[in-house]
Amino acid sequence: MEEIKLGAVYSVGARILLLAQSCGEVVALMRRTMQWFLRAPLDRRNVLMQMAEMGARSFSVTSLTLLFTGMVLALQSGFSFIKVFNEPLYIGRVVGVSIIKELGPVLTALVFSGRIGAAIAAEIGTMKVTEQVDALYTLGTNPVKYLAVPRFIAAITMLPILTIYSNFIGVVGGYIVANFRFQIPGVVYWDEIYSMQISEVSHGLIKSLAFSLIIVTTACYKGFKTSGGAEGVGRATTSAVVTSMVLVLIGDYFLTALLTALHIG
Amino acid sequence: MIRVENLFKSFRSKPVHKGVSLEVQEGEIYTIIGGSGTGKSVLLKQIVGLIRPDQGEIYVDDKRLTTLSEEELQDVQKMIGYVFQESALFDSLTIGENVAFGLRNLSDTKEPKITEIVREKLALVGLSGVEKLKPAQLSGGMKKRVGIARAMAMNPKILLYDEPTTGLDPVMSDVISNLILEVKKHSGSTAIVVTHDMKAAYEISSRICMLYEGKVLEAGTPSQIRFSNNPIVQQFISGSSEGPIPVPTIDLV
Repeated sequence: MEEIKLGAVYSVGARILLLAQSCGEVVALMRRTMQWFLRAPLDRRNVLMQMAEMGARSFSVTSLTLLFTGMVLALQSGFSFIKVFNEPLYIGRVVGVSIIKELGPVLTALVFSGRIGAAIAAEIGTMKVTEQVDALYTLGTNPVKYLAVPRFIAAITMLPILTIYSNFIGVVGGYIVANFRFQIPGVVYWDEIYSMQISEVSHGLIKSLAFSLIIVTTACYKGFKTSGGAEGVGRATTSAVVTSMVLVLIGDYFLTALLTALHIG
Repeated sequence: MIRVENLFKSFRSKPVHKGVSLEVQEGEIYTIIGGSGTGKSVLLKQIVGLIRPDQGEIYVDDKRLTTLSEEELQDVQKMIGYVFQESALFDSLTIGENVAFGLRNLSDTKEPKITEIVREKLALVGLSGVEKLKPAQLSGGMKKRVGIARAMAMNPKILLYDEPTTGLDPVMSDVISNLILEVKKHSGSTAIVVTHDMKAAYEISSRICMLYEGKVLEAGTPSQIRFSNNPIVQQFISGSSEGPIPVPTIDLV
């Protein structure tokens, strides 16, 4: 019995140590990425290719996700207000705040994580198991500089841009339902959207920037840590997506609390 | 040229090297043979600085690798060309871009000159006109040859070959062996070759050493190895399952 208890303690201890080690390695990777980002000349071609890839891969799914999210929000809030006030008030306000401050950044980040995080982890992981990462070293190129930095720059640029675009699509989705289902005049709906403050828009975009850092760092880290052939690549890819999604959702709460405390949005 | 002194390396407490020492002279082709899992490739990766040893020293051109900073290590890596077991060509780049990779990243060579070098190195390995193809469009043997061309592009003083003939048919293995000799004649570089292929080892080597149980068991010229009195060496070079080398067994239930 004593042995079983000790075994459990060792197992928990080992897991905590592993987690602490992984956290340290992620921070080290982030630091090295920042160092190379600041000191190495920008590989424009590689960065632009990554940006185009990220945009193209995420564009359609984020459009679809946010369009229907905006529509559902308008539908739900319209019916709720009808129940309380007998008429569909404030749909624009509800859709605007929900999409721009919360759902736009979070849902876009989750889609981005599934599409781009997976692609980054799979690509770097495959390069790792086929010794292409080692080959970079032997050809005098640091893999962090060559693989992580362009993806880092592309992700922190593209996710906020995609979020702005998704916010717009979500708000348009809300407008379609508000106008055609509840007969709310466009001018009323858009007035409520325009009444949002800059700080509310910034709130969402700051979160989006933080999410991009979480996703790209997690995906690159999982890619560089891949071992064990094709099976290992599969494991790294799944782990990158799940970990970054969980971190985005947890980070969302703490970022919202922090930004609210700082009176941003 | 390359000196390895009393090298120890373990992975997850499993020892791979238990005091490996060897010396490679300038201009020779030094072949390392040994069973699977004896740490031949790990030794090459330590010589090029991809893996740090737990204990012991490696000197490349009198530079002690274990004490070098990342930048200094990169200077040493510039004089080493590495041919990977599975070629490790960059999938996203064309063959021409693969061969030019080191030149573009490590030298000030101008673009027209790079194109000329790429063409010359590919011609040397018998692959003219494949610059625009992607690695996926080539056969295993062709990939190996491109890997050699890429490693040679910077005219390195040292070339490390990790199982260059593994997975190739006998004819292609012979082509690669001849290519290794041709490269040495052409560039005068020193080479370390890791292989299981005894035919290739006899053909190309100046000296051969055998790794066994984490140490160098025997080293000598190809004829000394061929006629060695050591039963372990004899069993390995004859490829027999009978002898002192323990053979892992599989229990089929």
